[in-house]
Formats: sequence, C-alpha cells, structure tokens
Amino acid sequence: MTRLSSSFPADRAALVAFVTGGDPTTADTGAILDALVEGGADIIELGMPFTDPMADGPAIQAANIRSLSAGTKTADILNIATAFRERHPSVPLVLMGYANPMTIRGADWFADACANAGVDGVICVDIPVEEDDSLGDALRAKDVAVIRLATPTTDTERLPEILNNASGFLYYVSVAGITGLQQAAQASIEEAVARLKAGTDLPVAVGFGVRTPEQAADIARVADGVVVGSAIVEIIAEHGANAAPHVKDYVKSLSDAIRSAR
Amino acid sequence: MWTESLPFAKRFAHMTKHDKLSNSFRNQPDERGHFGQFGGRYVAETLMPLILDLEKHYRAAQADPAFAEEFDDLLEHYVGRPSPLYFAERVTEHVRKEAPEGKGAQIWFKRDELNHTGAHKINNCIGQILLAKRMGKTRIIAETGAGQHGVATATVCARFGLPCVIYMGATDIERQKPNIFRMRLLGAEVVPVTSGSATLKDAMNDALRDWVANVHDTFYIIGTAAGPHPYPELVRDFQSVIGREAREQMLARTGRLPDMLVAAIGGGSNAIGLFHPFLDDPDVEMLGIEAAGRGLEKEHAASLAGGKPGILHGNKTYLLQDEDGQIDEAHSISAGLDYPGIGPEHSWLKESGRVRYDSVTDTEALEAFQLLCGTEGIIPALEPSHAIAAVAREAVKMDKDQIILANLCGRGDKDIFTVAEALGTEI
Repeated sequence: MTRLSSSFPADRAALVAFVTGGDPTTADTGAILDALVEGGADIIELGMPFTDPMADGPAIQAANIRSLSAGTKTADILNIATAFRERHPSVPLVLMGYANPMTIRGADWFADACANAGVDGVICVDIPVEEDDSLGDALRAKDVAVIRLATPTTDTERLPEILNNASGFLYYVSVAGITGLQQAAQASIEEAVARLKAGTDLPVAVGFGVRTPEQAADIARVADGVVVGSAIVEIIAEHGANAAPHVKDYVKSLSDAIRSAR
Repeated sequence: MWTESLPFAKRFAHMTKHDKLSNSFRNQPDERGHFGQFGGRYVAETLMPLILDLEKHYRAAQADPAFAEEFDDLLEHYVGRPSPLYFAERVTEHVRKEAPEGKGAQIWFKRDELNHTGAHKINNCIGQILLAKRMGKTRIIAETGAGQHGVATATVCARFGLPCVIYMGATDIERQKPNIFRMRLLGAEVVPVTSGSATLKDAMNDALRDWVANVHDTFYIIGTAAGPHPYPELVRDFQSVIGREAREQMLARTGRLPDMLVAAIGGGSNAIGLFHPFLDDPDVEMLGIEAAGRGLEKEHAASLAGGKPGILHGNKTYLLQDEDGQIDEAHSISAGLDYPGIGPEHSWLKESGRVRYDSVTDTEALEAFQLLCGTEGIIPALEPSHAIAAVAREAVKMDKDQIILANLCGRGDKDIFTVAEALGTEI
C-alpha cells in the first residue's frame, strides 16, 4: 500500500490541496504546507513554479511570478519536499508543474530527485500520453506515480489510453479551461465521474474552480477526491508571509464540509 | 508554374508515404510529429483531442484537390502570388566594392514583402483559415509579435467573415502601433498581454489559455512553424510556396539553382518556407539568421546560438532558458524575432548539419535596413534586414558568378517608428 493509495478513505472523499512552492518565498512554504495538513488536507499538491504556466489562470500565474521573483529554484522545491517528508512521514505529496523544469536535467535526474525527496507522484500538465516516454518511464522506474489528467474533451475512446500506465489517482479537470476561473455544473461532474470510474479502479479526484465548502461537499458526494488550488493561492496572495493560519482556517472549512458530505 | 493543378499532397514529396526517400531531408516529421528529438505534442490533455482532430482534417485536406484549388486561387488572386524574384543589382555592386578581386556574389531577393498585407505571413493564414472552415470552427484566435501575423490573420478573418481575437504583448503594442490600428480596422479585437515579458511568448501563452477554454468553436491560427504537431508541418507546407516559386523562377531566369539561401529566423516560418523545397539539392547551401539583439553575450533572441533543447508551447526545441528550465526573455529590435524559441524543424536541421545558422545584431540589421532603402528603393522590415546584413557578410566571400538568394519576407512600413527612434530622429 503506497502513501497515495492509502490516502483515499473508503467512507469519504480525500481533500487534495494545492499551493505553489516558494510563494511568496521559499522560507514560507513549509509553514503553509503544515497549515494544509493541520486544516485536514489528505494529499499535498506542491506546484513547481514556471515562467510560462499556460494552463493556469491569473491566481496561479501570479503565484508563479511571486515565487520566481523571490528567487525560487528547482533545488528549493525539492528541499521543501524533503523537509515536508521528514515532518509528515505519512502524508502523500505530489509535484505539479510543466514539462520543461521537470525534464531539463533529464527525466532520470528528475525521477531520482523525486524519489529521494519522498515525492509520491507527479502531475505534468503538458506531457500528454502521446509524449509519455519523455518522463513517465523514468518516474515509474522509481515508483513515483504518474498522475494523469482527464478533461471534458477526453472521450470514451481516448480514456483507455490515458489510463494505461496511470497510477496514484486520476485527476479530472472538470472544466475545459484554465485554473481558478469557472466551476463546472454538478450534473456534468457527476456524469463524468461515473464514466471515469467505469473505466478505472484508480481513485478519481475532481478539480478546477472549486472554491466554497458547499462546492467541495457536492463533489465529495460523488468523487473520491476534491482538488482545491486557486482559492488557497489567493489567500497566500492576500496575506503573504502571514498566510499560514488563514490557509489553515480555510482548508479546515473545506475539510469539515467534505467529512460531513456523505 | 507550380500552380498547375497538382493535387496538394503531390506537391510535397514528404507527404505521401510511397514518395518518401530514406535519405531525404524533406520527409520530416515522423508520425508522432517528431523531427529527430524535436517537435512533438506537448500540450494539456484538454487540447490533445483537438490537436489529433486537426491532424486528421489536415490529412484529408492534403488529399482533396478542391482544397489545393481554393488555396492556389486565393494565393494568386487575393495575395498576389507568385511574388517576384528580383536581382538586386545595386546592392550587389555595393557589396562588390568591399569585396576582394573576383568576389561578390549576385544578390537576389524573393519579394514576399509585396504580398497583400506586406509579409509572408498571409500564405499560412490562407491555408489555416481554409482548414478552420473545413473543421466547422466559427471563431479565430492568434498571437502576434510584430503584428504582421496579427494583420494577416485579421485580414483572412475579414475575408471569410469570422470573428477574430489577436493576443499581443503590451510591449509589442507600444512599438507596433500602426499594425494595431490595421488589425482594428479589419475588425479584429486586439487583446494586450501584460503577463511575463509582455512580448510574443506571453501572447502565445494567453492564446493557448483562450484556446483551452474555447476548444469547441475556436481555431488557433499559429503564426510560425512551431507549436504542437501538426502545426510546424502544416505551417511549413503552406509557406513552402515561397521556396517552390523561388526554385522555379531561379531555374527559369538563370538556368541554375542558387548557391546559397538566406533567411531571418524568429520562429522560422519564412526560412523553412524558402529552405524546404531546396533541402534535397545538395549544392544549395542554406543559412538561417537569428537575432543577436545587443550581442550574443548580452540580451538577444538567438535560441540556437545561445539556448539548449527544452519544451515550450507544445514542442521540444532550442530555447533560451536558465539551468532550471525557466524561460529567459528574448531581445531583438525586431518584434517579429523577439521569441526565446525556434521552430522544431530548424533545431533538427541544425543538428543534422543541413542548414547553417548564424546571427546578426540590432545594429547590423539597422545598417542593412538603411542600405536597402538607399540602394534599391526598398524599405524592408527589420526581420529581413537581419537576413540582408548576413547576405552582405556572405556575398563578399563568394565568387562573382555565384548566386545568393535572400527572402525579403516583409516590408518596413510598420518599423519606421522603431527605426526613427534607433536613429535618434523624430517623426
């Protein structure tokens, strides 16, 4: 049983919480990650900042810029993950980011670095299954989960290709669009989750545009996981280095709603 | 002429499997859209089904004589093709004055600045909007750097009655004001992009963000031979009209092929359009010119000279970036060359050694700009001014009976404010 697969409880949905590493500075991220855990997040999704985050909306774009402007390097992100692993031996952590920072030193280098830092899985936005050999093989060789994305444009015919060699969980991007802007209709989420679950035994987590405890609870009734990112990142934008307690309160409101959803 | 009614697919030997030669430079990319280690389809899953659909429709269009017929007809009667092939006698004389005895090649230009809208960009836009129509798309988006691709896209959108949104970096908007007004006159909405360095790469990011949110009805007309497969291939195919015409015109006029081809490179669409039909002519040397900006040791836009392979905007290619893979900001006096990447086929042509790549600084390009104004009565865009500077540099090393052909890919009306500022003149 890996940390990731055991983090989806049978009786409720898991809460997956995203923040950009190094936002507002590398020194602040540790306390913010702790706040996510204390607030009740089950899985931590740590964003690797990139100069050109083309799948992200304004909130996470700004977080990337804050982080890089503060001088965050790839080594800092790996150090943040390593330190998190020491403080929280059982909480799964996945890295989310873009192909270029992940592959620039070679896929094997990155897979090694992930394994050494105790990273459980990787979500790479711009490596679709068609380019899996750019990164996937190296990650699998180190037992780091390759977490795939399914979207409203992923049809039934294509789904098996996405599920092939997928591990950890399946991330359903509930809107065709960028992060943080719109919320999908509950009915379309229910239909999509049912379709995805018919095709895989992997847990299905739903994200993009989830902001309120009510939305989180609605999704938690039908999916195995709820992903929240931009709304947390906006709290960090507002409170900067003092964001941790505010992040904890907000995440707790999501977690409470998810725990009482079913 | 090339326009004789050949089916579209037959024009390109690389397109049909039975025509493929194993030792050809013209049979890239492979079925996955890879040019050697470069190219590919590095896009978000939301876009992937659309990219696959685009490829399917492009293959169908290639096999459809009606597509070729409409493309050819528009190029001839709307764009004004074929563009002239011009022997630039006075520039040739000028260069010979500086050349050693017996040296100083004949300098010829492919006059793509005479196209409708004033640059080569329109060739590709005609092809892509015909594809958009085939796919039933009802809304067009594009990114633009110098504004030439934006103007060409707005033009074809007006011609075909489709709404058009152009993403353009706020920095570029400032230095290309005449083109903003032209796009708006043509009915396009110009969206200023303020993220990142507010130039071409950021405009491409925002165009991709728009596309991912509007996949159901929107076609993205990418302006250069880059992006996810099949864009590098189809942009090259549409732009190859430049090289096919030049090849036939040169044979008709001189009875021989040129000794060297020269073209400026930002993303590389005018260069690949000129080069591709000549790639299997072993005696034709090719030179791609990147923008060296303030100098290769300072700020520049020369991805091949100063970058290394990486992944951005849907393809693997040479990029200006730091050791962590963060993309560096490019600099060139020419907004059209101000991009930290290059089309993947150029990366492959560099590694295979078939094409040589070099660079030209802002200052050298400005000198070449003035040279062409003064000797030929042609105001070139700053993009081909880079190629012209390289032509002058190369021609003095070549014999008098040799021929050097450069792609004059755009006219300079749009650049007069930038040039005036650089020369310290007020307009």
